[in-house]
Amino acid sequence: MTTRHSPAPDPSEESDSRVRSSLTVPSRVAPRSHARNAHPLVVTIEKSSGPRVVFSGDRLVEIDLPRGARVVYPRPPIEPLKDPDAAIRYALNHPLGSDPLHAKLRPGMKVVIAIDDISVPLPSMRSPDLRERVLTVVLQMLADHGVEDVEMIIATSVHRRMTASEVRHVVGERIFKAYWPDRLYNHDAEDPRGMKLVGTTERGEVVELNRKAVESDLLIYVSLNFVPMSGGHKSVAVGLCGYRSLRAHHTPQVMRRCWSYMDPAASALATSVERMGRLAERTLDVFHIETTVNNRMYGPPLGFLHKNEDDWTASERAACRGLSYTLSNLPQGARQLAFERIPSPYGMTGVFAGECEAVHAKTLERAYAQYLVPVGGQADVLVCGIPYISPYNVNAFLNPLLVQVMAQGYLFNMYRGAPLVRKGGTMIVFHPCTDRFDQSQHASYVEFVHDVLPQTRDAMVMHAKFEEKFATNPVYLEMYRRGHAYHPAHPFFMWYWGEAGRQHLGRVIVVGADNEYVPKLLGWERARNFTEALLMASDGNREPEVTMLHVPPIVMADVMDAAG
Amino acid sequence: MPASFFDVDGTLVGTNLLHPTVFYLANQTNPLRSLGALARAAGRGPRMALAEWVDRRRFNELLFAAYAGISRDRLLCLADEAFDRVLRKAVFRGARDLVHRCRSEGHEVVLVSGTLDFLVDRLAKHLGATAVIANRLEFQDGYATGRLRRPIVAGPEKARLVRAWARDHALELEDCFGYSDSYSDVPMLSVVGHPCAVNPDLRLLKLARTYGWPVVRLGNRPTAITELLERIP
Repeated sequence: MTTRHSPAPDPSEESDSRVRSSLTVPSRVAPRSHARNAHPLVVTIEKSSGPRVVFSGDRLVEIDLPRGARVVYPRPPIEPLKDPDAAIRYALNHPLGSDPLHAKLRPGMKVVIAIDDISVPLPSMRSPDLRERVLTVVLQMLADHGVEDVEMIIATSVHRRMTASEVRHVVGERIFKAYWPDRLYNHDAEDPRGMKLVGTTERGEVVELNRKAVESDLLIYVSLNFVPMSGGHKSVAVGLCGYRSLRAHHTPQVMRRCWSYMDPAASALATSVERMGRLAERTLDVFHIETTVNNRMYGPPLGFLHKNEDDWTASERAACRGLSYTLSNLPQGARQLAFERIPSPYGMTGVFAGECEAVHAKTLERAYAQYLVPVGGQADVLVCGIPYISPYNVNAFLNPLLVQVMAQGYLFNMYRGAPLVRKGGTMIVFHPCTDRFDQSQHASYVEFVHDVLPQTRDAMVMHAKFEEKFATNPVYLEMYRRGHAYHPAHPFFMWYWGEAGRQHLGRVIVVGADNEYVPKLLGWERARNFTEALLMASDGNREPEVTMLHVPPIVMADVMDAAG
Repeated sequence: MPASFFDVDGTLVGTNLLHPTVFYLANQTNPLRSLGALARAAGRGPRMALAEWVDRRRFNELLFAAYAGISRDRLLCLADEAFDRVLRKAVFRGARDLVHRCRSEGHEVVLVSGTLDFLVDRLAKHLGATAVIANRLEFQDGYATGRLRRPIVAGPEKARLVRAWARDHALELEDCFGYSDSYSDVPMLSVVGHPCAVNPDLRLLKLARTYGWPVVRLGNRPTAITELLERIP
């Protein structure tokens, strides 16, 4: 059944008690919180409020938040476009800051189409994937204009190669049969003959991209924008680049200057990528097509996960109980399989085409309209469940390093303006932190977690001392190039990804860890239950202000009045 | 500078010790001698099968007894042809790239093989490896005795030879890489800091999973069953 974490008097007590009247973590003074919670999606916990349900890996956990705590809920899904194919055709014919696609085409030209990889959306979407819709229209247009020399590249950067069945799902059966594997294939950032130097920015950032893309007459980039940090210049300058280029910005120094990744204007990472992307756009003729999706991550049987628990109907409560019961009685492999096999019913909310920056401005606008929820002020404690999936473990287990990146990398960064938690504050996360890895996809992660982390957690030290050794390891590179493993520099990037969060947060407390040493390796503290975690966070001094980010689906806090 | 130690048969090439031996036996000075040599070798088949199961070193001794009576000149004269017809075409797709990658990272690349040295030398040249540790036939008056010179390159002895080679070249084994497809090479893989299972047999795959050793596939795509086994934690 669902594990329940309730604040209770004795921190040593394994809390499954539903007695909220015996809270030792006193409720906060409501008026101040209420006054700040003007938005209906920021719910303040009251005496009559029920428990909240959060993910702890591939299980669900019920927690009782203290009175006065705030819960930030995702916006309901924006109504999808009624005729996505017509919208795509309109976007191609009425582009932003560019000639229409058809005007760029001529018989005999060489066209490369780059496509976002499997890291978006999460989970993968029901067929047809938006990329299939866009590709169908684009390929037809190319054929109509006598363009026959067409190749498609999955823009994986240093992510793992997608498998044939994953590619088939993304591009659809018809395109897959016609193009795979000779004219539709994965990018290989370590193919010495497959990369080409485009140039160097004024800051010395090396722009080296996929040779086929660079040498094409026209590069069309088909992007599915799942979070605001995707798309824009990141598409070409990161998706088609290699380790030499990533070294410019995937560093602890740059990551420390990101406030946040989801707000390009305040992200040093985005600024660096922008410089490199602009250089690429000056050399290459690129036509960008970006699509946005709504927030409909779960279909009707799991639709309750989108909603405030207090608003659940009786059948939704029963569905949650049923799901929790099922999950707690299935072995881990079956739980993972069950989630992996349920594609999301995402709907297309926008499609924009043309020049990179003009297109991306529109995309960001649409993405923020779906994700941003205004929140008044920061909190002392940020509470998040960590789900079973991240961009880097599709069809694989969420290993300890990825748990870290989900907490301090992604969930911490789900804000615009100021972090949802105050400087030096606490993040309480829920996850079993199981010491397990998919050794095909994350071979180098094993060595990182069990050899590098015991030596240092200092990102600067690991950057200087270990990163290059990993990045040039012939075994891992072979697994990246011919297997389905992430590039050996990737575990380092994952650690750096958590750097901004690590620098800002005072502590991270994990609830529900099934072992002691993984949290310790990550530099986290471990609590047996939520009550204990809250007491640890309060440090016995004063009642902490608690805010919970209710994910998934995706929600971003637009934090205003950061001084609180 | 690190070194990469590669087992050969099943790791870099799709052949085993039997293939070049059969080539030599089938290419004696006349067809009758060839027939006789092959028949004698076949007669030793069951003992070799048992030895392969129990003791890789003993298997090597039985196998190379088949070379008894062949002249050194003939062995060397046929070596290029044996390499071309048996080994070269059996080199796994990706093997040369992997060796080349090791070299470009500044590694010494050492082939450690139970196959005979004059064949492994040719393979090393073809792949770009820098050194060879391989079995050597014993000769008397220019003819092979059918015995191997000590040490015999097989099983745990490979580990000792790798350690000795690293010591002689002032290398830290902790920085070195080892590659093999076979459980019989676990001792060799265990002495280096970076062991890697290549196209592993089931016992080695299980061990690699247990210790978190990386698993690499060279050559043809793995079968669905192999892929499934590799995914099982």
